Amino acid sequence: MKVSEKWLREWIDTPLALDAIADKLTMSGCEVEARDPVATAFTNIVVGHVVEREKHPDADKLSVCKVDNGRGEILQIVCGASNVRAGIKVPLALIGAVLPLPDGADLKIKKGKLRGVESFGMLCSSTELGMSDKSDGLLELPDDAPVGMDIREYLKLDDEVIELAITANRGDCMSMIGVARETSLVMDVPLNVPEIPEQTAQHTDTFPVALQATDACPRYVGRIIRNINPQAATPVWMQEKLRRAGVRSISATVDVTNYVLLELGQPMHAFDLDTLQGGIVVRYANAGETLKLLDGQTATLRNDTLVIADAAQPVAMAGIMGGEPTSVTYATRNVFLESAHFRPANIMGKARSYGLQTDSSARFERGVDPDMPVKAMERATQLIVSICGGEVGTLVDTLADASVLQRKAILLRPERIRRVLGVTMDAATVEGVLARLSCTFTSNDAGWQVQAPLARFDLNIEEDLIEELARVRGYDSIPAELRPRAPRITQPSETAVRRETLRHTLVARGYQEAVTFSFVDPKMEQILAPATDSIALANPISADLGVMRSTLWSGLLRAVTYNVNRQQSRVRLFEIGPAFAQSEDGKPVQKNMLSGVLTGNLYPEQWGQVNRPVDFYDLKGDVETLLEQVTGTRFHFAPVAHAALHPGQSAQIMTDTAVVGWMGMLHPQLEENLGLGQPVYLFELDMSVLMQRTLPKYQAISKFPAIHRDLALLVREDTLAVALENAVKKAAIPQLISYYLFDIYAGKGIPDGQKSVALSLILQDFSRTLEDAEINRIIDAVVASLQKDVGAVLR
Amino acid sequence: MQSLLELMGEAHEQISQAVSLAALDQVRVQYLGKTGLLTEQLKQLGKLPHEERKTAGAEINTAKQALTIAIEDRKQSLQAEALSARLQAEKVDVTLPGRRMDTGSLHPVTQTIQRISEIFAQLGFSLAEGPEIEDDFHNFTALNIPESHPARAMHDTFYMDSGLLLRTHTSSVQVRHMENNPPPLRIISPGRVYRCDSDMTHSPMFHQVEGLMVDEDVTFADLKGILEAFFKAFFEVDELPTRFRATFFPFTEPSAETDIQCVHCGGDGCRVCKGTGWLEVMGCGMVHPNVLKNVGIDSEKYTGFAFGFGVERLAMLRYQINDLRVMFDNDVRFLKQFS
Ligand SMILES: [Zn+2]
Repeated sequence: MKVSEKWLREWIDTPLALDAIADKLTMSGCEVEARDPVATAFTNIVVGHVVEREKHPDADKLSVCKVDNGRGEILQIVCGASNVRAGIKVPLALIGAVLPLPDGADLKIKKGKLRGVESFGMLCSSTELGMSDKSDGLLELPDDAPVGMDIREYLKLDDEVIELAITANRGDCMSMIGVARETSLVMDVPLNVPEIPEQTAQHTDTFPVALQATDACPRYVGRIIRNINPQAATPVWMQEKLRRAGVRSISATVDVTNYVLLELGQPMHAFDLDTLQGGIVVRYANAGETLKLLDGQTATLRNDTLVIADAAQPVAMAGIMGGEPTSVTYATRNVFLESAHFRPANIMGKARSYGLQTDSSARFERGVDPDMPVKAMERATQLIVSICGGEVGTLVDTLADASVLQRKAILLRPERIRRVLGVTMDAATVEGVLARLSCTFTSNDAGWQVQAPLARFDLNIEEDLIEELARVRGYDSIPAELRPRAPRITQPSETAVRRETLRHTLVARGYQEAVTFSFVDPKMEQILAPATDSIALANPISADLGVMRSTLWSGLLRAVTYNVNRQQSRVRLFEIGPAFAQSEDGKPVQKNMLSGVLTGNLYPEQWGQVNRPVDFYDLKGDVETLLEQVTGTRFHFAPVAHAALHPGQSAQIMTDTAVVGWMGMLHPQLEENLGLGQPVYLFELDMSVLMQRTLPKYQAISKFPAIHRDLALLVREDTLAVALENAVKKAAIPQLISYYLFDIYAGKGIPDGQKSVALSLILQDFSRTLEDAEINRIIDAVVASLQKDVGAVLR
Repeated sequence: MQSLLELMGEAHEQISQAVSLAALDQVRVQYLGKTGLLTEQLKQLGKLPHEERKTAGAEINTAKQALTIAIEDRKQSLQAEALSARLQAEKVDVTLPGRRMDTGSLHPVTQTIQRISEIFAQLGFSLAEGPEIEDDFHNFTALNIPESHPARAMHDTFYMDSGLLLRTHTSSVQVRHMENNPPPLRIISPGRVYRCDSDMTHSPMFHQVEGLMVDEDVTFADLKGILEAFFKAFFEVDELPTRFRATFFPFTEPSAETDIQCVHCGGDGCRVCKGTGWLEVMGCGMVHPNVLKNVGIDSEKYTGFAFGFGVERLAMLRYQINDLRVMFDNDVRFLKQFS
């Protein structure tokens, strides 16, 4: 809401500067978002009268004008505007005038010569005066503008516009009267709103009004005004006020309805009476009825939409926009004015549902004072008659539901005030604020029974009034308290794996934490998770962010590409965040994932270490380190293909009961498609299986020496390490406390199709030192198991 | 046969010329070994007349002892030289960087959330989470934002064909938490939120922290006290002027916008605070009785406050980041700055 300071001060009586007013409004809920002067600080510009205009002899686009400066001189001025012509009145910058330019410099008007013709001043557009951002041609002033008068004085340009952010609950502040009332309330200064005189009817013609949808439209005020001058010009004071409120001047009748909307907050509509048939019916639309609107579009109406119809068809979308065929034009002589009340619930969201947003709908959906239609009608009548003439008809006030003029009483209790705000307020303070709010109230044992003013649709419950008490007195009147409270000792779960632990594990291993968008490119999602039923957005911000990710890999790969393209080839990133998919019954499933990506060299560049590109086992080491935090769960890695991974370097990560993740090398084809030019390794783990570990439990340490024995075995080349491990385990030897694979070799000296593997076994007993015979028995048993299960033979 | 004197002369000469422990040992063997020259001399003693034997024997033994001592001395000096040579040889340039794997870092959003959580934990607030794909009820209706309410238009909601939506604020978590937990309640809920809006200063995804406290005796004065304490703790300052401006949120009544004094210019006015000296950082208020009713909490018995704020906003102020978009580019040169 744009508010002219001058307009506001017509009704608000305070010597305080605009700074103080703006500050108070901001603190009490109407935030001042911007402040702008209505014109630049130019000097020496007066109303000029163009008395003659001739074409410039040597330039097609220039005119040579004779301009009366009102000070007894006729000045020769060369002008390039296309609308310059004899007879018009325009702003005239005299020699010596200074016009501040948008870039901060000043334009000084001097005697000049344009294409050989002397010029003694400049005719101005509204842009040159800093009154608008763009203009087409000179600012044409009304014919009655006094020639020679300072333009600043004539247009009352010593004014500022403050732009208020009106919150969604304060429809009452979307008008000058509302802002003035609010200012008077929060600044505790008098409000002086002139009474609107009742307009005397000059004839008794009326237009029938039938309210059918009384739930939505309980009140409708109508009046006929006959024989207006459709060509009458809007007076400059009104044009200026409209302009400062951001409203374009259109025609006198329309300008008046817009002016009343701004002044009183009551949206009105002017019909061309001669285009209406029968009478007005306020009803819900029949589904499928169409209405050509003022903006030129044709709306196909739904049956939840309230319309103003005549005997034949809808003529306006109630409270939103009028219809084009029945609107006033420059030929309209007889108008029918509408000033109605529509209930917010029936207007809310309707404009938006038709892709519309109008000054009218914005007010009705927030609530317009139901007591305003008659006042607004009288005001509009007064203005139209004063500008366009015409004969005023009888005002017809159709009030179908008088309850709209009643407010429910709200009980306000002192104790509740204390419990909500934390301060006590004495009765005088409370009653003082209620009075300033224009509430009516009675006091009783419990507190006060309060009736809020009709304009305040936001005051419905006790807390609403308590907010008013706090707001009007200022939130800074409430102390900030830090009170001791009962301590709350929780039992922190020691078996919960903290996300921070997982994060720090990766950070310690050189990973940076990334945060990527939850919505990703559908094409990438399809490539990375072809089998997943992904969730698409109906209104994505862009096509390449159109689907909810089912894997964090798309975002991480995007980040890798971003970095590699910027000469950052060594990248290790991880992210903890949600992934989404659709279950079979169409429900969204959200899982937290821990994913990582690894590419480039293993080490940062340094002198003392031979560097090499990372490989699968670097990645696996990182994954295993993470999984080691999750004690008590056994994890397995199985060679299973994944659409996005190299088929020979892809592992499914499992617990004993479920698949919990994937890891491997990005498929080389995909790597090429992404233009990465270097191998990339990825992992992803379902966080839900990482969150629980076992509580550590002490186990005694043997006092007897451990014995190491190495085995060299020949096995088939495709024998998996896990098969060897399983075979060793199967021997079930309690003294075998540990074993590891320490060498794998194939090639020279090893038969084709076979490989040599070396296992180290560590044996230890709790009660004695193991003797050779026993050790040999154990080794034999392990070898036998390996032979049986994987066909291993000792080398 | 050489005279003992000559022999000793040569032996001492050889000892002093031995430059390694191995060479020295050879000398030892040559003179003192089983077939060494001095040993041989001892063996020859029997050939001497009885009266000479004793004197000669004593002389040889004396010579042998002298030789043993000389060898031991030489050995020690050789060992000392060897150690000194080794120490010299093993000298390193301690200014060369160590052999290492670099460490990574946590995203500034994570670090900020951790910091916020730590501060509120001191006040007894625990963490709560909720789904990011939400239904209309939890994101809007339960929060007293009925269908078609103008307040919904401000939210620029992402929808799915199913009618579900991406939560526009973490306030949905307070609803879910209150549905499932009886008062007293003290929670904060950090997480991702989504708005269909993208430009220099808006990201379609960002992070919020929602806070909620419900008890039999929670007031607006408490809200002010806790938030003021929070901001001072967050920015590590003893004084940080705060102001509460009236505003409207459907789910709180009274509602307030919280401004802190600009932490860049100390309130003098700068680009960051657009010359006002204040930074708008948080929305808050007393939980609307309708919200409590919607989740089955007796609004006569209980009151509460709620607050919500953007994590990126605080992170940007704290770390002097002037471009929101760098938060989600994941440029490693950006991320490394937060280790
Ligand atoms: Zn500042």
